[in-house]
Amino acid sequence: MTASLTLVVLMAVLFGAGITIMLERSLTRVLIGFLLVGNAVNILIFLMSGAPGLAPLLSDGVTADEISDPVPQAFVLTAIVINLGITAFMLALIYRSWWLARLGEKGDLVDDEDDLEEEVEEAEGLIRSSAADDLAIQELIDASDEEFEQSPERPDEEVRP
Amino acid sequence: MNPAILVPLVVLLPLLGAAVALVLGRHRRAQMAVSASVLAAVAVISAVLLATVDASGAGVVVQVGGWEPPFGISLVVDRLAAIMLLISAIVLLGVLVYAVSQGVADRHRETPVSIFHPAYLILSAGVFNAFIAGDLFNLYVGFEILLSASYVLLTLGGTGERIRAGVTYILVSLVSSLFFLSAIALIYGATGTANIAQLSVRIAELPDSVQLILHLLLLLAFGIKAAVFPLSFWLPDSYPTAPAPVTAVFAGLLTKVGVYAIIRTETVIFQESDVSTLLLVIGGLTMLVGILGALTQADIKRLLSFTLVSHIGYMIFGIGLATELGLAATIYYVVHHITVQTALFLTTGLIERFGGSTSINRLAGLLKASPLLAILFFIPALNLGGIPPFSGFLGKLGLFIAGAEGAPESVGGPAWLTWTVIAAGAATSLITLYALTRFWNMAFWRDRDEVEGYDSPLLNSVLEWEGSGDTAVATRTIPVPMVVVTTALVAITVLLTVFAGPLFDLAGRTAADLVDPSVYIGLVFPGGVR
Repeated sequence: MTASLTLVVLMAVLFGAGITIMLERSLTRVLIGFLLVGNAVNILIFLMSGAPGLAPLLSDGVTADEISDPVPQAFVLTAIVINLGITAFMLALIYRSWWLARLGEKGDLVDDEDDLEEEVEEAEGLIRSSAADDLAIQELIDASDEEFEQSPERPDEEVRP
Repeated sequence: MNPAILVPLVVLLPLLGAAVALVLGRHRRAQMAVSASVLAAVAVISAVLLATVDASGAGVVVQVGGWEPPFGISLVVDRLAAIMLLISAIVLLGVLVYAVSQGVADRHRETPVSIFHPAYLILSAGVFNAFIAGDLFNLYVGFEILLSASYVLLTLGGTGERIRAGVTYILVSLVSSLFFLSAIALIYGATGTANIAQLSVRIAELPDSVQLILHLLLLLAFGIKAAVFPLSFWLPDSYPTAPAPVTAVFAGLLTKVGVYAIIRTETVIFQESDVSTLLLVIGGLTMLVGILGALTQADIKRLLSFTLVSHIGYMIFGIGLATELGLAATIYYVVHHITVQTALFLTTGLIERFGGSTSINRLAGLLKASPLLAILFFIPALNLGGIPPFSGFLGKLGLFIAGAEGAPESVGGPAWLTWTVIAAGAATSLITLYALTRFWNMAFWRDRDEVEGYDSPLLNSVLEWEGSGDTAVATRTIPVPMVVVTTALVAITVLLTVFAGPLFDLAGRTAADLVDPSVYIGLVFPGGVR
């Protein structure tokens, strides 16, 4: 079996970087790490398909020896789709945990139901008043850094620029 | 009628049902009717498949899209798959009815239907797909389907506590999926196939060291899913926070899918490579460590989660023996454990509604308040603890006999090891009984006015869990269907005892198929593997 050295190196780097980032406490970073490792595994599957060849279509005198193995490509495509779905769910989960971290106990009480619209607005106002928009991303990382410690709203001056 | 038509329906019906249920999001009654009828249909199909497969002695194999193996996807229903399909369809249907009637009574606070029903049906589709997969990659897809649905079900409602528990569960599952996918990649690289029947032949031709590496990688992935010590740490932290019906179905089924995958790995895929000694050691440790954890829990949901981990050890022990009797006892034990564990968690849901708490320190006087509830908890508790004549006793006895028979020939490791694990199994059984009857004594037997300042050496060692506060208003009514379903499941656990003879014969025939991989290979490749 022959394999491309570039792909092997790329896979190793993705594995290394991904696993390192996955060990962080912040959920956002864990997700990024998961994406990197997921892609590293995809490349591993791809590597396992053997030497590259022609498109896997048996026609015009192309023999089976000359074409690439199509099965691992199907595996990789399936794995990519699954990873996409899981990433979407993880992002929703991270957003939710950030919301809960910002609001603390109150976050549990706020519901998405229509009859609680007022509470939602009140809660959103709470977030807006305590977090300037340009700091939102920084705060997101901070909040998820603190995992789920239900911290009360911090005054603005404590937020690191 | 050709039974092969029925096989894809097992996965197709729940998936279509999920789509319809999602569309019907605003019509609760229609949605409930769809999910219940879909699961009932799958239960009937599974029963037909089991009858067909057992009568003919051969399995039912479908090559999806007419592509011949190993190029296409094979769906294989042999005796083992059919048994697993039937028991999981019954349990899923029962828990669904339980969840629906709970939801109706609570105005859907715990299980919002519009999300709950589609997610639940997709979970079912994933479980069924994993059981009939004849292809390692299809097995992976089945796992992913059921895991994705389980992420949604576990974090239902998105409260802080559930998000916290969900994060642990999701990250652990993601890592195990990555292990599984890497294992598939390496196995494909080594053999050029993912078809389980073909793998059985080709892996046997690999060098021993390569076989061992691939084998361990696959076991690692499945071990996390089956919650085998030391890969079980995540389970007691994540399961108890979910709504009661969700916990029940997770505890009953999801870990067993992992056990099923391990059975397939050990019997068909790696027929030459032998890790029996490892499995025996792990089985014994899983039993002991799990049950010692259960001893210190004040919260009944957490206690049951630890007994769940502990009893997975029995199945691993049976698989590790790798004898026909060992596998037969394991299969019987899997069926017993799915029903009994689900029944216990459903009863816990009733206790939570009735008593307003799940903590051993706060529950009392339930025997007078509800004798039926006391019986519903007591029978499965004795069953799990292995009191004769219940199925838990029969399953454990079968495993011990298999171990004792295998020990002189040093099947699956040195004889002293087998005897040690048998001793560990007996001890675990007794400690399970102690933990569960202690809870029964406190929650049911103790008088209500004894709760304040109650001092007992029995309660010295228990630790309160932050999640086990007063969870509900104690006087909430219990809808009749919830009690009916729980009673039905408890009745099934008793029936497993009554019909233990025929069932054990069936398990024996299943095990006979499993110990000879050529049976499975012959099903998928009637003309022999090229």
